[in-house]
Amino acid sequence: MIPVSAYLAVSALLFSIGMYGVLARRNAVLILMSIELMLNAVNINLVAFSRYLAPGEFTGLVFAVFVITVAAAEVGLALAIIIRLYRNRATVNVDEIDLLKW
Amino acid sequence: MAVWLGFGVLAGATVAGALGTVTSRNVVHAALFLLVTLIAVAGLFLMLFAEFLALVQVLLYGGAIVLVLLFALMLTRIRGTAASLDNPQRPLAIVAALATVGLLLGVVLSTQWPVQQPGGGPVGFPQWGASLFRQWAIPFELASVVLLVALIGAVVISRPGGEE
Repeated sequence: MIPVSAYLAVSALLFSIGMYGVLARRNAVLILMSIELMLNAVNINLVAFSRYLAPGEFTGLVFAVFVITVAAAEVGLALAIIIRLYRNRATVNVDEIDLLKW
Repeated sequence: MAVWLGFGVLAGATVAGALGTVTSRNVVHAALFLLVTLIAVAGLFLMLFAEFLALVQVLLYGGAIVLVLLFALMLTRIRGTAASLDNPQRPLAIVAALATVGLLLGVVLSTQWPVQQPGGGPVGFPQWGASLFRQWAIPFELASVVLLVALIGAVVISRPGGEE
């Protein structure tokens, strides 16, 4: 059988790739996609631990459902903000959105 | 061995799709690579006997979220060159990501996990539903309130006009 560390390794890779995307990308929508990658890595971890360490309980699975819910809410809000920014500044380039920078 | 083959295919698709998402020079291609990753993660959930989560993953992530992201890409059309999708801090981002993956993989692979075999059978929908609506009823209702507030907030923020 597959050891739990294999799932955790995939999750670690996915999380790091997502982190690279958040740090290196310039387009706000692409940054949002990278955040989705990181959230998926967290979900893999939760489900794997739920399966291997507490198979009779649903705690990890329920937490994964909540993470997906919060991700959906976050995408909706973030895209509303991005569209608003695009309307006001005609850009979604995070380097140029520096209204709060002094 | 068949299990390892399936796991290898799904893990490879997950990582390859993620790499495509963060390196693609075309924003729409990035969204489609993200779809590959999300479907592969649903397959990993299936391998962990979490059928309900796999369904939710395909419906919500693969369907709704990717669709909304594609709509956002369409509404915020960028007329710049393709080379401007990355920051000047990209080398530092590579260093940070490599450091993170090294740290995480080192910890994961050097730890003695107490359990090496998955326990229990497939999770039945009835037990799952009972747990969600008995033990986790209040967090579940709070999650719906969060979704409602986010929905109203999104409508208010993106509404045309407003205060000028």
